Amino acid sequence: MKTLRLLVAVLAVGAVLPAQAAMKVLATTSDWGALTRELGGERVDVYVATTALQDVHRVEAKPSLVARARTADLLVATGAELEIGWLPVLITESGNSRIQPGAAGNFEIVSALHLLEIPGKVDRSMGDIHPLGNPHVQLDPHNIAAAAHALSARLAQLEPAQAAFYQQREKDFETRWSAAIARWEAKAAPLKGLPVVIMHRDQAYLCHWLGLTELASIEPKPGVPPTAAYLGQLVSKLGASPPKLILVNAYNDPKAASWLSERVHAPVVTLPFSVGGDDQAKDLTSLFDDTIDKLLAANK
Amino acid sequence: MSIFRPLVALLALATLPAMANADDVSSLRAELQAMKSDYESRVEKLESRIQQLETASTAAADAAAAMPPEPAPPPPPAAGGSNAFNPSISVILGGSYTNARRDPADWNIAGFTPAGDEIGPGDRSFNLGESELTIAASVDPYFTAQLTAAITGENEIGVEEAFVRTTALPDGITAKLGRFFSGLGYLNEVHAHAWDFVDQPLAYQAMFGGQFQQNGVQVKWIAPTDLFMEFGAEVGNGDSFPGTRRDRNGFNGATLFAHVGGDVGDYASWRAGASWQETHAEDRNAFVDPLLDGFTGDSRTWVADAVFKWAPTPRRQLKVQAEYLRRSEDGVFTFDPAGIALPVGYDNTQEGWYVQSVYQFAARWRAGLRYDRLDSGIPLYRPLDPNAVDFGPFQSQHPERVSVMLDWNPSEFTRLRMQYDFDDARDDGTVFSKNGDRVFRLQYLFGIGAHGAHKY
Repeated sequence: MKTLRLLVAVLAVGAVLPAQAAMKVLATTSDWGALTRELGGERVDVYVATTALQDVHRVEAKPSLVARARTADLLVATGAELEIGWLPVLITESGNSRIQPGAAGNFEIVSALHLLEIPGKVDRSMGDIHPLGNPHVQLDPHNIAAAAHALSARLAQLEPAQAAFYQQREKDFETRWSAAIARWEAKAAPLKGLPVVIMHRDQAYLCHWLGLTELASIEPKPGVPPTAAYLGQLVSKLGASPPKLILVNAYNDPKAASWLSERVHAPVVTLPFSVGGDDQAKDLTSLFDDTIDKLLAANK
Repeated sequence: MSIFRPLVALLALATLPAMANADDVSSLRAELQAMKSDYESRVEKLESRIQQLETASTAAADAAAAMPPEPAPPPPPAAGGSNAFNPSISVILGGSYTNARRDPADWNIAGFTPAGDEIGPGDRSFNLGESELTIAASVDPYFTAQLTAAITGENEIGVEEAFVRTTALPDGITAKLGRFFSGLGYLNEVHAHAWDFVDQPLAYQAMFGGQFQQNGVQVKWIAPTDLFMEFGAEVGNGDSFPGTRRDRNGFNGATLFAHVGGDVGDYASWRAGASWQETHAEDRNAFVDPLLDGFTGDSRTWVADAVFKWAPTPRRQLKVQAEYLRRSEDGVFTFDPAGIALPVGYDNTQEGWYVQSVYQFAARWRAGLRYDRLDSGIPLYRPLDPNAVDFGPFQSQHPERVSVMLDWNPSEFTRLRMQYDFDDARDDGTVFSKNGDRVFRLQYLFGIGAHGAHKY
């Protein structure tokens, strides 16, 4: 009898659950996964397609991702063609009409942002250039704030009955985030004007935000690995005005940067770049804390 | 108009005085005066109204000018790969240089009926490969469409794929309509420029003439589970080896396939599947022996496929794949020596498999190794006339091949590759025997334009 009663209870709960089930979200990167969790709390069930140690340009539309895309209520992608090498095929293969381009369940972060480096002329001879602008937007916290606002509105649109919940969470996040930005900006003030060498254009937003001065980039063209000759030129070019730091992301191959480091006598700083890029960057707040701490520590 | 009428009246009046008497004149004058003042007041009214209107409009214009400019529209939402209305267009240019020990013209797969003209190592020296033109776009909110045409070095244009696909069906269902590469196996759907070797494995060449093209409909369903599971069914007209078109209504043959897949940890992924295909052939040409003229009967093929990929860093990847194909055919062979059509019953089961691995050992370099093997089976020829003489036992043949490959990819749009084959497809010897063919090929592939992403 007891067992039966328990069974009935379980079945009853099971019947009620679907109405209460969390919204399934597929986020292309750990940063957007973390942001969706901040905004959706227990109401969202987030799956992140990539790790911070992967190059988001070069991901495959692997079966596990097709399966997650199939069941997703919402896809949170960067957009601006960052994921062009795999996301379109994932969306097509998923057979999920909710996340098709133009559907409410297809959200692109860049739709809320003004991108840097929108090229006037685009040609593949220029390397892996992004014709719609630089899509590596997550390292400027003001972008996160703008994205949060738009993403929260989208969550509320998809689940109108919970609109008040999402609005409240967004308000809380905004308050915390503005305070954090003020803290980071005060802390990072000494970094303003700091001459740095970057690896790829994906550090452009960080430099823009903190006012770092980009002297050069180790990649001669976006996505094109440096040749020995190019690195040689870089050394002589940097001889006159040496950088203080060389910035590398967790997923980058650090070889070229270490080689350059020895010759221009500037330390290499490996930044987490995305949530999960190192042990300290556990969520969006700690990603920025860690990034600024690493820059300050290396600049001493 | 009402203004002209009194004017005409005035003119008429002006001619009057000569004949009018004094009384009339004075009364007329009074009348005229009345009319004049009436019209003057009307004109005044009109003038004042015009003035009012003018002031009002200037005021409106001033007000408009004084208003702050409209806020700038938000940035346009970033579009996907293709422009909203122009389809994505891409061209892949391919070509090769071939050195073969034996004449490629007499290349055949021992024990297998030739499966069309797209098999074998190709001609010697420089060869222009297929230039692959792909045009793709969304049709409307419900369909996307794609055309892939192959322009060959022999100046022919072939339609590789031309299909529409649904995007708005519910519950993980997609349907394809038109000509497309069948979803069976793993390599069948992969376009030539995305192969890891210059050519298809022998098994695909022998069983499908390279790739099985479907002219028909495909319906695919993906299960709503975390483990990837897809199930598909296709029907078509059968006009692709091993089938042929038939002179009858309805469809010829069906294909069923199922795939499952998932991840192993953060860096490895896999997919495995099974497929079944049935089709019918009518007078399928069989030039393997001048005696054989055509095959009419049923053809059933099973395919098992598995792929495993391991990518420990963004610059290293190991890919291992294997497929096993097994085909059973039964029907009638028509022998036609000197124009005497002699039908003979035919029954055989043939199989083939390959295993290959490609390792990206540096950012731009990949090396690969592939082993191919086929078993032609022992064909059973049954004379239809019980009194006729039996053909006696046939030997089964075991074509084999070993291929090694190295390619260099300075960017994702350029691939330069070399491949060396120890090829024993022709004879039933061993791959490394003296009679074995040795084929060395250099291949280039360049992609321009907006090419869609590749499947897993």
